[in-house]
Amino acid sequence: MISKEDVSHIAKLARLELTEDEKELFSQQLSSVLSYIEQLKEVDTTGIEYHYHVEGLENVMDEDEVTPADEDTRAALLDAMPDRAGDFLKVKGVFN
Amino acid sequence: MELPRTIQETHAALVKGDISATELTGAYLQNIKEHNEVLHAFLSLHEEQAHTDAANIDKRLKAGEKIGTLEGIPLAIKDNILVNGTVTTAGSKILEHYCASYSATVIERLQERGAIVLGKTNMDDAAMGSSTESSYFGPTKNPWDITRVPGGSSGGSAAAVAGGLCVAALGSDTGGSIRQPASFCGVVGFKPTYGNVSRYGLIAMASSLDQIGTFGATVADASIVFDAIKGADKHDSSSANAISTDTYPQLSKALKGMQIGVPKEYFTDGMDSDVERSVREAIDVLKGLGAIIVDISLPHTKYGLSAYYIIQPAEVSANIARLDGIRYGYSARDSQNLSEVYMKSREEGLGEEVRRRVMLGTYTLSAGYADAYYKQAQKVRMLVTQDFTTAFADVDCIVTPTTPSPAFKLGEKSDPLSMYLQDIFTVSANIAGIPGLSVPCGFVERDGALLPVGLQILGRHFDDGTVLRVGHQYEQATEWHNKRPSL
Repeated sequence: MISKEDVSHIAKLARLELTEDEKELFSQQLSSVLSYIEQLKEVDTTGIEYHYHVEGLENVMDEDEVTPADEDTRAALLDAMPDRAGDFLKVKGVFN
Repeated sequence: MELPRTIQETHAALVKGDISATELTGAYLQNIKEHNEVLHAFLSLHEEQAHTDAANIDKRLKAGEKIGTLEGIPLAIKDNILVNGTVTTAGSKILEHYCASYSATVIERLQERGAIVLGKTNMDDAAMGSSTESSYFGPTKNPWDITRVPGGSSGGSAAAVAGGLCVAALGSDTGGSIRQPASFCGVVGFKPTYGNVSRYGLIAMASSLDQIGTFGATVADASIVFDAIKGADKHDSSSANAISTDTYPQLSKALKGMQIGVPKEYFTDGMDSDVERSVREAIDVLKGLGAIIVDISLPHTKYGLSAYYIIQPAEVSANIARLDGIRYGYSARDSQNLSEVYMKSREEGLGEEVRRRVMLGTYTLSAGYADAYYKQAQKVRMLVTQDFTTAFADVDCIVTPTTPSPAFKLGEKSDPLSMYLQDIFTVSANIAGIPGLSVPCGFVERDGALLPVGLQILGRHFDDGTVLRVGHQYEQATEWHNKRPSL
């Protein structure tokens, strides 16, 4: 139901470099889970409106104020970067 | 040293001077050192900070100052909750060395009240699992039988409370990750109404389902810690309607006349008969306390798990996108270009279960499938929620088994679907956003081991007080909370 080709395509969307064995395994396992989930098609949901939020909250707003990070936080964030050039995050070329 | 068990007993001992905060913290750290090699409940300890905090409390006690209920109480924290300046792994390789740059709101609130953080507990990789077996750092063992799982994903916290390695603990629950391990480990586990506890500083799994909650040896303990952490937080807009009334003062109000619903869909044919018997006996205890038992139906129950396994992985795929080897966490060093950084860092840093759910979520959200899967699941979610709303017009709370069977053996559920089916009684509460509590209600014998059984209590949105009250009254009418595993 979800083929190895589907799995390759999804893996690309999800930015995961799966091995050939994993593609085979996931194809089987995901198909099995999707078969179970198929039972949802039995449910008559005509006319059901849904909202994404369980509590029905809408537009909980905050003032658009900029508060700069304190020095400790800033240092922690910089420390966490895998690759740095001074205070800049270093990454591989985006437009290569 | 025989340590006091509950928060109130510990508080009394500190106030009387029977034990100092330093001795108390030291004793728990000692317990952890003695038993953690076998149980593997803790991933890291915050010894220095714990000793410093304890010393400060002792200073205040010596000066004759009054201390609050949570002051000096040693807690364990699930490792997906950020504590500033310390490693927070979420049980995952990709965050193995990640150091938190701020503390979660729940941690700030607990520390303001003087609670002591002993350390961080083990969990399924990125909170994905029902057994703590998917943790990158190896599984936690069930203190009642170390060949069995403690449940998941908050297995470390549940085992820590059960094993006497802390007084109480925090966990998180997205599909049952507090209630199920509480049930397997014979402790109390509480998932608040969605929105009652701030998720700021909780590493996100599925944002419309996640909720931080509490573990304790008793319902009173789970209630005290919940009261300390609950409440609106401007850093988490989904907490805007959180309750502010404390639940602890209401616990002892009698149950007489309360209508308690028992849904037929939760007593299925495949259920373990010993578990069913324990739960039925628990219902009789509630009747004996004056509650009126009402048979009810929650007709969409069986679709809850399917809806959950579409919605949750979909939200997971969005939240896990941030773990990409760029700003923090594991980054694959041998990448030749940007695309490889993403692909390799995620393939190497994310565990198999995490990748499986990311794949599932990506698939059900992708073009051509979103309508059939994701939208349908959201509509079914409404129906499941409606089932509860309809039931709560007649009853004040609902009781069910927490899990269909007791703790299984390590390695037993190797098939992903069989693991997902573990959540069958717990997911509906997350889908609907209602509060859920698991309290110990008995034991079953399996291969010479005594395994705990949990009773699940569900309530109306924001009626967490009633759920905890029913749990407390039941607990006080039984002896289960006095049973401890021998380590």
